[in-house]
Amino acid sequence: MRYSALRLIKESLTGHKGWGPQWRDPDPKDAYDYVIIGGGGHGLATAYYLAKEFQGARIAVLEKGWIGGGNVGRNTTIIRSNYLLDGNEPFYEFSLKLWENLEQDLNYNAMVSQRGILNLVHTDAQRDAARRRGNAMILNGSDAELLDTDGVRAMYPFLNFDNARFPIKGGLLHRRGGTVRHDAVAWGYARGADQRGVDIIQNCEVTGFKIEDGRVLGVETSRGFIGAKKVGVSVAGSSSRVMAMAGMRLPIESHVLQAFVSEGLKPFIPGVITYGAGHFYCSQSDKGGLVFGGDIDGYNSYAQRGNLPVVEDVIESGMSLIPGLGRARLLRSWGGIMDMSMDGSPFIDKTHIEGLYFNGGWCYGGFKATPAAGFCFAHLLKTDRPHETAKAYRLDRFMTGHMIDEKGQGAQPNLH
Amino acid sequence: MIINHPLLGPRDAQEFTYLGDAGLINRPYWLSENALREFHDYLHLRENPAGLHRELWFHEQGDRSWLVVTRDTTTHEITKVELARDVARANRAAEVMQ
Repeated sequence: MRYSALRLIKESLTGHKGWGPQWRDPDPKDAYDYVIIGGGGHGLATAYYLAKEFQGARIAVLEKGWIGGGNVGRNTTIIRSNYLLDGNEPFYEFSLKLWENLEQDLNYNAMVSQRGILNLVHTDAQRDAARRRGNAMILNGSDAELLDTDGVRAMYPFLNFDNARFPIKGGLLHRRGGTVRHDAVAWGYARGADQRGVDIIQNCEVTGFKIEDGRVLGVETSRGFIGAKKVGVSVAGSSSRVMAMAGMRLPIESHVLQAFVSEGLKPFIPGVITYGAGHFYCSQSDKGGLVFGGDIDGYNSYAQRGNLPVVEDVIESGMSLIPGLGRARLLRSWGGIMDMSMDGSPFIDKTHIEGLYFNGGWCYGGFKATPAAGFCFAHLLKTDRPHETAKAYRLDRFMTGHMIDEKGQGAQPNLH
Repeated sequence: MIINHPLLGPRDAQEFTYLGDAGLINRPYWLSENALREFHDYLHLRENPAGLHRELWFHEQGDRSWLVVTRDTTTHEITKVELARDVARANRAAEVMQ
């Protein structure tokens, strides 16, 4: 069923009785050409692009819970293409271009809103770094604009400009960045994939791989064995656990990242703001809630909930940037499990096992990457070659010395 | 989280900084034949279990000792705290026994 204004009018006149389910609920078949493990944003996008762009047939997405119940439902919904390094920026720019056309492509309202992202700077050194980053972005086809204090003040007059310790000296504005309705991304991809014949199988937990002579033959699941010619793993947060079933160790630690939303307020933050002096970023949802977050808790965790010291730290950072934040009440906070990789960058790569492919290690940047990660992973699954923009995301890059370390922190996952 | 320091008693985890998997104590021998591979694995392929995890914490705002904390990564419950020095000595003794 195609969604359109005409259809909406028709349905509203007939009591909205004509809307069918957006995707089927099929039983697993005995075997598929492609099995994608993980029904999150990345897994569903992979299945969608595999079916649509690469003419893949007989595709299944296996999800242990319900689709979109993991990190695609737990993030702060920001999309952007403002990276510095060559291994990253072309990929994220490709992703942003896919976001810009996503709703037309999926025929689904994902509320893509390019409301602009402003990275604040507080010192001369930060301004130099912002200028360099902006140039790198422009060289890769993205957009960047360096604002001075007055430029920032015109956009956000309520910020704490004259903070004695961290005065706001300007900011790097990325106008094409913005926010997206995160759940709709999962649903839109699920519907699009389903329409192209992909079986989305929920409540189907993978419990093991069948591997013979270095080749994957299928997966054991809670709903029986499912044969597969190629298996793509896209399970951020649980990557180490799933790949351990194939006998692999990954350069990844699992960490918990918390996020927060306030009660609904009248519109006052039109875009996304990131603080340069502390780890804090904030936007306002269309419902009016302030959506914000900060650092990861910093220790290995699979608990999907964090601890109070980081809550305090995030709120303190927020208060020092937006003093008015103190007048709002916090509605809720939650935690999600991140694949923190050893250099802060992701992986989209084959494994040493024939037919087994891996997509993960997204740290806390997986949401914005959803379309391109799906596209590039589908490209790899179909052609056995990396997509042009994702060829740096190799699993062996620590051995060969080709790390992509945006922050220059070294192999310390909790600092990326 | 409260870390029950073997010398100082219960301390708030905020006084500590976190390094990671306690496997980092066992540094490979730098002249071994496969040193490159061993150091790659030592540094990058760490334990990342869902469940009990032995990990290094540094008492930065305290007595500056290194601790090996055994913690459940699914509940954050801490079940054992040792001085990293003692763990390293025990590891070495076990190596010699082999």
